Amino acid sequence: MASVLKIIDLAKVYALESVMVYALKGVSIEVEEGDFVALMGPSGSGKSTLLNLLGCLDRPSNGQYFLAGQDVARMEDDQLSDIRSRYLGFIFQQYNLLPQYTVVENIEIPLLYQGAKLSSATTDRCTGLARLVGLGNRLDHRPMQLSGGQQQRVAIARSLVNDPAVILADEPTGNLDSRTSDEIMQLLSKLNEAGKTIIMVTHENDIASWAKRVIRMRDGVIESDVRNDKPTVAIDGDTTTLQTELLESLVLNRNK
Amino acid sequence: MLIFSIIAILMLATLFASILLWDKGRRSFILAVRSLWLHRLRAFLSVLGIIIGTGAVISLMAFGEGSMQDALDDIRRLGANNIMVRSVKPTDESNSSKRSYIAIYGLTYTDFDKIATIPTVTRMVPMRIFPQEARRGYKSVNSRVVSTIPDYMDIHNVEMKSGRFLVSDDEVLLRNVVVLGSELANRLFPFENPQDKEVQLGTFFYKVIGVMKERSQGGVSTEDVNLDAVIPIATARARFGEKIFMRSAGSRSAEKVEISQITLTVSETEKVRPTGEIIRSILENHSKSDWTVNVPLDRLEEAERAKERYKMLLVLIASISLLVGGIGIMNIMLATVTERTREIGFRRALGAKRRDITLQFLIEAVVQTSVGGVLGIGLGLTMVFALPFIAETFWDARIPAKVHFESITWSLTTAVAVGVIFGIYPSRRAALMDPIEALRHV
Repeated sequence: MASVLKIIDLAKVYALESVMVYALKGVSIEVEEGDFVALMGPSGSGKSTLLNLLGCLDRPSNGQYFLAGQDVARMEDDQLSDIRSRYLGFIFQQYNLLPQYTVVENIEIPLLYQGAKLSSATTDRCTGLARLVGLGNRLDHRPMQLSGGQQQRVAIARSLVNDPAVILADEPTGNLDSRTSDEIMQLLSKLNEAGKTIIMVTHENDIASWAKRVIRMRDGVIESDVRNDKPTVAIDGDTTTLQTELLESLVLNRNK
Repeated sequence: MLIFSIIAILMLATLFASILLWDKGRRSFILAVRSLWLHRLRAFLSVLGIIIGTGAVISLMAFGEGSMQDALDDIRRLGANNIMVRSVKPTDESNSSKRSYIAIYGLTYTDFDKIATIPTVTRMVPMRIFPQEARRGYKSVNSRVVSTIPDYMDIHNVEMKSGRFLVSDDEVLLRNVVVLGSELANRLFPFENPQDKEVQLGTFFYKVIGVMKERSQGGVSTEDVNLDAVIPIATARARFGEKIFMRSAGSRSAEKVEISQITLTVSETEKVRPTGEIIRSILENHSKSDWTVNVPLDRLEEAERAKERYKMLLVLIASISLLVGGIGIMNIMLATVTERTREIGFRRALGAKRRDITLQFLIEAVVQTSVGGVLGIGLGLTMVFALPFIAETFWDARIPAKVHFESITWSLTTAVAVGVIFGIYPSRRAALMDPIEALRHV
């Protein structure tokens, strides 16, 4: 499989007052298309810094970063915004939905910043994605009217709307109880089965067990990089319908 | 001025149209409106400064404009191209102790002839005005005789209710004819048509040839022009002479005046003032200061300057109140930006550029101030229509008010401008946030 993301000797140094803090000390990772990577490590291990760099929210002090074939390590702020809106999908721990917007309007946000013209086609895509994550009957609800799990589903739909090359999830189950966490992980796992590349930060082992590959970090370097041969899989393992649905709802994007 | 407000309206329309037709702008607009609705009280309080400022400007402008317009209309009624030369009783003097004193003063026919030689004077209307009892049978009314020539009608904007005004034959033939003011006609002939009836003025009878329409008071004058009895000046000279005896409050006085007033029209407005100067120099040779030259144009321009000053004052008040309102907006926007730091963070993560964030918060500020502006215009208009109504019903007072279309467009434009100006700093602050820091914000 082709690699969708590749970092070489990535380093990040912060200047805190007079002390230099080496948050990341030369990390190299290559992620293939369709992979499901869990990024683990104690706090201060550099995993958040790495995720920020992978998410193009920050620029590395040193090293190279290729995302979908583009060298993004030295890009300007506006270019990074473009990269984010085109190739990346974000899922956050706190869902980060806009309380004033409906479910569909929340899913729409990344399209706005892509410069897409809103039309009935884009609305169809957003409602399609809302149905895909199981919120077909909640299209006009506001986030406040939804449970935590449902809000995270909206966030997942939002991360899919621009058909990103990589989905970055920052502790997506951190605010959820174990049963809801399970549902969310099933959804992510299915999406991965359907071909989406996912990189997920977590500090829970059973959440990480859903991933195909687990990278552990400590003190700014990779401690271990293990392939998980038997990842937990979705129980109702019928991924083909999801796959076709996903492809259908994203067909607009592909033809763009 | 109208062109400016049209440009302002077009600009506002383009601004709002481009916001609403542009997807990002429309979403920000919807977000702004919904946020405002979500925090109704807070939004209302934060734009209160704008509301009161705009309302005050609209209403003050309307009331100021109304009363100024009244004053200007009064002056304009006298005619901007006209000059009034009046006889004034001198305020002297030692010989007032004389028992049989006849005051001799005022403009003379010699003055009249001299003034008539000024080439820029196109028309001259002499008047001899004196109080006189008008009688009809047993009814008598304290009236004022205005003896003049037919041109009086034009120069003083007389309109006839019935009959005709003086004609030149009345002068030539010394006819005993009179044109009545509307109120005088009412009092002398309460139940009949005065046309062709006779009215006694002094020792002679005069035939009523017409009745004038009601005229509004010329501002400062205390006489009721509707009690005038207008007769030909030649007739007045022949019947009354130049000496007029008056009885008032138990004392008798007499005066000898040839002409009480000359109203003259000047060919061009620019020549009004020089002509006034020439007339003054002609009259300088009077031994007493028994005349005045009144140029309405001067008063008109003075009133217009006063109006301009009033406008400047209003602009000052408006700028202060809008400044205060703008600071209120800036304050609330800064609070909003802090409150929504995380929103800024994840919007950036989802692909928003810095300028997208700037525009979003700018749009919110503009939406707030526009809503404030619209509410303020509503408040101002309510005051403009309610206050005169209340004053009229409860105190029987008239408050002239004239809503200026420009004041509405200008206050709306300024409200939007205040939103832009005071929204820039908070919006820039939002845009310059580090997305990582913003995302981490609790």
